[in-house]
Amino acid sequence: MHAVTVTPAPHSAPKPAHEWAVELVGIDKRFGPVHANKDVTLRFAPASIHGLVGENGAGKSTLMSILYGFYQADSGQILVRGQEVAIKGSQDAIGLGIGMVHQHFMLVETFTVLENLLLGHEGGPLLAPAVARARKDVQALERTFGLEVPLDALVSDLPVGVQQRVEILKALYRGADVLILDEPTAVLSPPEVAQLFRILERLRAEGRTVVLITHKLKEIMAITDHVSVLRRGAVVAEFATAETNRQQLADAMVGRKANLEVEKAPAAAGPVLLAAEGVNVVDARGVTTLKNASLTVRAGEIVGVAGVAGNGQSELLGVLSGMLPFASGTLTVKGEMLTAGSPYDPADARRRGLAHVPEDRLKLAVVKEFPAAQSAILGYHAEKALGRGWRLDWKRVTAKTAELMERFDVRPRDPSLRTALFSGGNQQKLVMAREMEKEPDILLVGQPTRGVDIGAIAFIHKQLVGLRDRGKAILLISAELDEIMALSDRILVMCDGEIVGELSAAEATEGRIGSMMAGVASGEEQ
Amino acid sequence: MSAGTGPDNLPWWATGVLLPVINVVLALIVSAIVILAIGEDPLGAMWTMVQGALGTSEGLGYTLYYATSLIFTALAVAVAFHGGLFNIGGEGQAYLGGLGVGLVCLAVGDMPWYLVLPLSVLGGAAFGALWGAIPGYLQAYRGSHVVITTIMFNFIASSLMVYLMVNVLIRPGQMSPESAQFDKATFLPLVQDMAAAIGIQMNPSPLNFSLFLALAACVLVWAFIWHTRWGFALRTVGANENAARYAGIDPKKVIIIAMALSGALAGLLGVNEIHGVQHRLLLNFPAGMGFTGIAVALMGRNHPAGIVPAAILFGMLYQGGTELIFDYPSISRELVVVIQGVVILFAGALEHMFRPALVRLFTPKPAGV
Repeated sequence: MHAVTVTPAPHSAPKPAHEWAVELVGIDKRFGPVHANKDVTLRFAPASIHGLVGENGAGKSTLMSILYGFYQADSGQILVRGQEVAIKGSQDAIGLGIGMVHQHFMLVETFTVLENLLLGHEGGPLLAPAVARARKDVQALERTFGLEVPLDALVSDLPVGVQQRVEILKALYRGADVLILDEPTAVLSPPEVAQLFRILERLRAEGRTVVLITHKLKEIMAITDHVSVLRRGAVVAEFATAETNRQQLADAMVGRKANLEVEKAPAAAGPVLLAAEGVNVVDARGVTTLKNASLTVRAGEIVGVAGVAGNGQSELLGVLSGMLPFASGTLTVKGEMLTAGSPYDPADARRRGLAHVPEDRLKLAVVKEFPAAQSAILGYHAEKALGRGWRLDWKRVTAKTAELMERFDVRPRDPSLRTALFSGGNQQKLVMAREMEKEPDILLVGQPTRGVDIGAIAFIHKQLVGLRDRGKAILLISAELDEIMALSDRILVMCDGEIVGELSAAEATEGRIGSMMAGVASGEEQ
Repeated sequence: MSAGTGPDNLPWWATGVLLPVINVVLALIVSAIVILAIGEDPLGAMWTMVQGALGTSEGLGYTLYYATSLIFTALAVAVAFHGGLFNIGGEGQAYLGGLGVGLVCLAVGDMPWYLVLPLSVLGGAAFGALWGAIPGYLQAYRGSHVVITTIMFNFIASSLMVYLMVNVLIRPGQMSPESAQFDKATFLPLVQDMAAAIGIQMNPSPLNFSLFLALAACVLVWAFIWHTRWGFALRTVGANENAARYAGIDPKKVIIIAMALSGALAGLLGVNEIHGVQHRLLLNFPAGMGFTGIAVALMGRNHPAGIVPAAILFGMLYQGGTELIFDYPSISRELVVVIQGVVILFAGALEHMFRPALVRLFTPKPAGV
């Protein structure tokens, strides 16, 4: 994965005392009508890295939540080091040496690293002796696992990658023998991913068990020893990583032949439709979150913006779509120049033929509580064709939605079903359908495949390439480097609020983009 | 349109009918226990209440008269609710609305009522709207929460009215702070007179033409919220303000308009009370209807089709409670308030208590577990 070369598991670890570190046997769990886990049996070997893959809703998180004590299984057994155990809460799990690093960190931002590690282990009314003891223990752990963390820094001052190390250290400090990591690379830059993987290998070498939940098949191939595939709550395949490949895993995840490649012809770029020149965004705290951003997007090309989440991409998307005011600089939308004071909001943007698929689907792009038909007119409710005068004609809205659902293969095809009850992929297809239906001249797309299943990803990519081929300008922002590389004709890389470089599709390699994402402007591989 | 299934996919009649009925029955059982505890016959007392509220044309008239006021204040709560706002200021907005109605009626002289009505509706709506829009503005642009500001505006309205009635609008040469009476020509027709005109005898009650205004308001509010582009914008802001901004809707504008509309509806209570019944301006005429409207809206699921029956139920409690005090010397005014309070508690505050049980009942049991 990303400039990382990891040789999976020449086992040099000490011989374990038990055959399995953790066994989940016949785990079954229902939430009302939803059968989240169906008779799942998984065994994690000591001193190994075990990958767990599956699409959204395949039951990975439920399974790990059962192991960590958030939920109780309806039936089945959990065995830790050969002993059957009952895990009634996370305290039980920690007591049994099971640790978890959540996708969203559970750290107190205003505490120092050491204070965070100490939380729940104060061991008396006075803090000082506990702090001194903890410092000694933690330093020993840091040496053992090669996990360097500044113990006295405030968590809020640390980069995400380091915060994640704090989480891992916290689990180890609590005696974790089995460490579960839920999508740990989602927020990391490629160099940080490489560092994380070195830590995970060290953990394996020290005889610990790592369970890695991820949807990135490259990472599975790069670091795991074994991999289990979940689909619709059941384990559908298990492999020794050395004996499988990405295609086989993807096929197992979706249950049919999965299409991993995007087919596209070279771009035929036309005139510039969208441009930004020296745009700055200053947030409420006075911090400049987008610095001097300049870019152009031409008709008939896809411009990708790569970067670790939170490096100004959201602000860029916000400014271009009219959601976020900018402090200085100019925008040029289809030849018309806008300055910081010009009236420009999402409604203006739509009138000018600029459509926007936002990064955060549930926060911005749909209203969960609304029936699909009402989410399908969000942003277009003022359109004449949808009613008469003040009135909205629900018959026409429903008919329109049914048509969109047909064209973009949204399932189930039920305009009256509540938006929240569609899967992420189908919600996204509905949003894409709504925004692409008007054949906008400019389309801004943020994280088009976040939380979307593999089948829908291929469909969405095909639609984007299709729109490009019809001569439209597309700006694509994605945290998935693979997606950026597969779709883009030009790639901009952002770091710390700045566009640090631009590469053509031909020049772009993961290594070059990766080091630019980490702030090395030239993009020389490290 | 969106009156369909709830978040847990209960059928509409389970949330809209079954749940409120269960809550009311439970409230009546608790009330019965209280009546039993003071040594009275609960069934007899209940019967007296029902009989008093519905059994005579006079009782029915009073019940519907109370319901009219409650429909206005509950619709006010509902409109704000769909915009994601909790308007607790119905009482103050109704008070100010009444002032607007009264000023119109005092100004028009002996104009006939059917010409005055549109003006008094406008006057009540405008004053109520102003009293709602100010907290709306403060929420939208200054970040002051409407729950806090509308409560404060109730007090301001009350003080303002005392000042105006005592110092400005009082009829010269009298002690009680009341304005001069309106001209007889302006009085809204009473329903008993309208019934008499078509040959139906009704005993006297304050029920007046405002009832029809209230029912018309229900239809308009329903059409507005679920069938106009404005209503769609309102519901979008209420459900997800960020999505509204993304959709090019300005939440600030929507919040102010929603609060103004809400205040306007509450202000129409003044048409019923001042233009329809009192025929002069006086103090304390909203009499808590602004607050009870919140419970009515909650029980009626913020939908006009639910608000009408809920308003009638609360009207029955008001009217039946009065009868109860007459017939049972040991039951005091306070006990009636207790019964009303218990209904508000179960139907309003605890409205979702039985929801999980209903969900379990309606979720098909998976086979083989």
